[in-house]
Amino acid sequence: MRIGIDVGGTNTDAVVMDGRKVVGWTKTPTTPDVTSGITAALRQVLADTQVRPEQIDAVMIGTTHFTNAVVERRRLTPTAALRIGLPATAALPPMVDWPPDLRETIGGHSYLVHGGFEFDGREIAPLGEAEIREAARDIQAKDIRAVAVSSVFSPVNPEHEVRAREILQEVIPDVQVTLSHEIGRIGLLERENAAIMNACLTDLAHTIVAAFRQALTDMGIHAPFYLSQNDGTLMGADFVERYPVLTFASGPTNSMRGAAFLSGIRDGVVVDIGGTTSDVGVLVQGFPREASVAVEVGGVRTNFRMPDVYSIGLGGGSLVRTDPLTIGPQSVGYELTEKARVFGGDVLTATDIAVAAGLAEIGDPGRVAHLDPARVQDALGRLRQMLEEAVDRMKTSPDPVPVILVGGGTILVAGELAGASELIRPDHFPVANAIGAAIAQVGGETDRVFSLAEISREEALDQAKREATEKAIAAGARPETVAIVDIEEVPLAYLPGNATRIRVKAVGDLDMKGRGP
Amino acid sequence: MSWTVDPDALESIAIGAGILGTGGGGNPYLGKLRIRTLMAQGRSVQVVSVDELADDAVVIGVGGIGAPTVGIERLPRGTEPVEAVRALEAYAGVQADALVSVEVGGSNSIVPMIVAAYTGLPVVDADGMGRAFPEVQMTSYHIYGISPTPAVLCDAHGQVAIFDRISDPRTLERMARVVTVEMGCRGDLASPIMAAADLRRTAILHTLTLSRRVGDAVRQARRAHGDPGQAVLSVTGGLEIFRGKIVEVERRTTRGFARGRVTLTGLGPYRGASMAIDFQNENLIAWRNGQPVVTVPDLICVLDMESGEPITTELLRYGYRVTVLGIPCDPKMATPQALAYVGPGCFGYDVVYRPLRERLAV
Repeated sequence: MRIGIDVGGTNTDAVVMDGRKVVGWTKTPTTPDVTSGITAALRQVLADTQVRPEQIDAVMIGTTHFTNAVVERRRLTPTAALRIGLPATAALPPMVDWPPDLRETIGGHSYLVHGGFEFDGREIAPLGEAEIREAARDIQAKDIRAVAVSSVFSPVNPEHEVRAREILQEVIPDVQVTLSHEIGRIGLLERENAAIMNACLTDLAHTIVAAFRQALTDMGIHAPFYLSQNDGTLMGADFVERYPVLTFASGPTNSMRGAAFLSGIRDGVVVDIGGTTSDVGVLVQGFPREASVAVEVGGVRTNFRMPDVYSIGLGGGSLVRTDPLTIGPQSVGYELTEKARVFGGDVLTATDIAVAAGLAEIGDPGRVAHLDPARVQDALGRLRQMLEEAVDRMKTSPDPVPVILVGGGTILVAGELAGASELIRPDHFPVANAIGAAIAQVGGETDRVFSLAEISREEALDQAKREATEKAIAAGARPETVAIVDIEEVPLAYLPGNATRIRVKAVGDLDMKGRGP
Repeated sequence: MSWTVDPDALESIAIGAGILGTGGGGNPYLGKLRIRTLMAQGRSVQVVSVDELADDAVVIGVGGIGAPTVGIERLPRGTEPVEAVRALEAYAGVQADALVSVEVGGSNSIVPMIVAAYTGLPVVDADGMGRAFPEVQMTSYHIYGISPTPAVLCDAHGQVAIFDRISDPRTLERMARVVTVEMGCRGDLASPIMAAADLRRTAILHTLTLSRRVGDAVRQARRAHGDPGQAVLSVTGGLEIFRGKIVEVERRTTRGFARGRVTLTGLGPYRGASMAIDFQNENLIAWRNGQPVVTVPDLICVLDMESGEPITTELLRYGYRVTVLGIPCDPKMATPQALAYVGPGCFGYDVVYRPLRERLAV
């Protein structure tokens, strides 16, 4: 059996699954330290389901620990950025576009050395090994232990980044190195930013992995645990320590993956209605569609894979005002169970409207019985209209598509939604996110520029698919289950020679053999 | 009238230049960061009107050439365009009194400012397109007889290639493109050299001011939660030609150019209508219900409906809600002489250019 856990802003959800069957689930409040909330959820769900700890084969956790650390500028490791690209790139040094407070928090140390590649794989300059050695000595003298290495066109040829890591390790034995090509895509500043953020989270990653391990051990669970990544796949504890940044935005991804699993729908729109917002995303072959523009985290532009999510300020805690009628974006959030009318408070929320309309039985319905039925219907209509617009915005064609409603706020929606071929409220909808974590697979991705003057398009695609598949297997997928789930080709503009950027993603089922205790 | 580019003006110019890029021209974001960094070092950029220059003042055009995708990865060393200008001065035996943009749409609005920040030379409030176009010969300078050479191309290593005795700008385009590929697909080209009187005669004037005003209008609309598309039109003239959602994007590569077609389905007052826009890096022709409504050289700008953020052709994607604007080009780009360089026929379309107001009969 597996346990899936999702740490959200308001609740920490846990679910026990036996194969494809949901055995039981629980919701507990998220705690400021996150870990004690996870422990509480685990204890609760094991007690509720009467499942013994030794029956658990794996634990999958989706957590906001790392995003919070960047947003709050807390628990970040002093980090040096080493960029390989001289004589090019000097005009815009590392962290040039960072908010000053975040740059200062991690020390703002940066080094530029010669090397890197052109788009077609030629060297810009031979790698400045002596320069790297000198930088490494300076980094060691400053007692910095985390280094992010970025090299021009490393997604095309990572050689210089890999060699730089060897030199850094020779000089600083206990250094933790993040290589940009392992995290981001073409777009040097954004990829470098993601690498620096990853490097500054590595100490925290060790702490958190140790805390999770301890929490599970305390519970008597000796199964391996995994963290969910923002592309809907899993990484093992050793991977988390190296790539913590890949956990960013795993929450919306988990809820979309959970919705796909629970509904059996692979292509459609998912609406996750929470306490404060509704997140609308699109499923393509069972995976979230990815955002194609730069995404900001904590004020820093990054370009690593993120789910394409459109959020509107509408949730169970949204404030409802009449004359004129408005719903949200203000919300009582986690104070719903104190402030909403049905819970004895004096704030009219979307949940109160749902209860007054008879859509849900929560709290004391008597406290909203006096509301004017016409106004209640108006509010429900507005609420539906807001969701319809959000769904339509994310759809890929005017044709109706299946819409899956998940999250605690699903109770707010009555009847049908325009633009939906069918409206699905799957079983266990309140914990779709934890289920998404529990069922996650492992994956591999490649993103490279190919010159189609040298090889045919088919050969380039085959090569990219092969690389992605190999990466998925290296990440722990059972080879026979690996499938290609996404292929993207973008021809590079203003260039002869048919240079084309090809991105391929492969995923497979987690190989549990040999990974347990 | 001269003015100094301050951080606020820079922000607006970057937005306005992005919109005037008509889907191409490269994102001005990195250029904006460059100028901001140079400003923090105490450098400044002065913009002057062409009327403030003596007739025989020497003005040099400068801009980046190559692939935007390479531009976001192999970032510049810093002084490439400065060295291109200095090498051109040395070769031609002239001294620049001012700089000018060849292309105000997209990232090339910023390149002369970088040179200005280093050299202290002013930037003339003008350019050679009033928008973005993909090729060197598509500037009003060349259309109206300014010699494309001598020209200097400089790469990230400071290596320069000098082009001379080329009278046809199309030839310079082909030769410079080949050298640019060898330079790693990104270089800076200093060309042409003009007397201020010739610049006044051939250039599209006041376009830096225009991009600043476009940016100001969009920022104002965002603050007031107004309609950014209407805000752009209030400054540029022109018409909203569609509001809709992207439902299909087709792409193909020919001769190194990313070509394609985006299809939109109408929203609001355009419900039931459809639009297709053909692009080759920039938007070329907008078809509404199968009829051409706007063609090059008029501007077709695709903006995010809510933010007014320009959507470049590389970012076109299913589901975007967009406002499409048709903005008349400068009259200098619509003469028979100009249409031979920038009309629909130059991009392989058997469509006759008619001004958008005439096509839409308003």
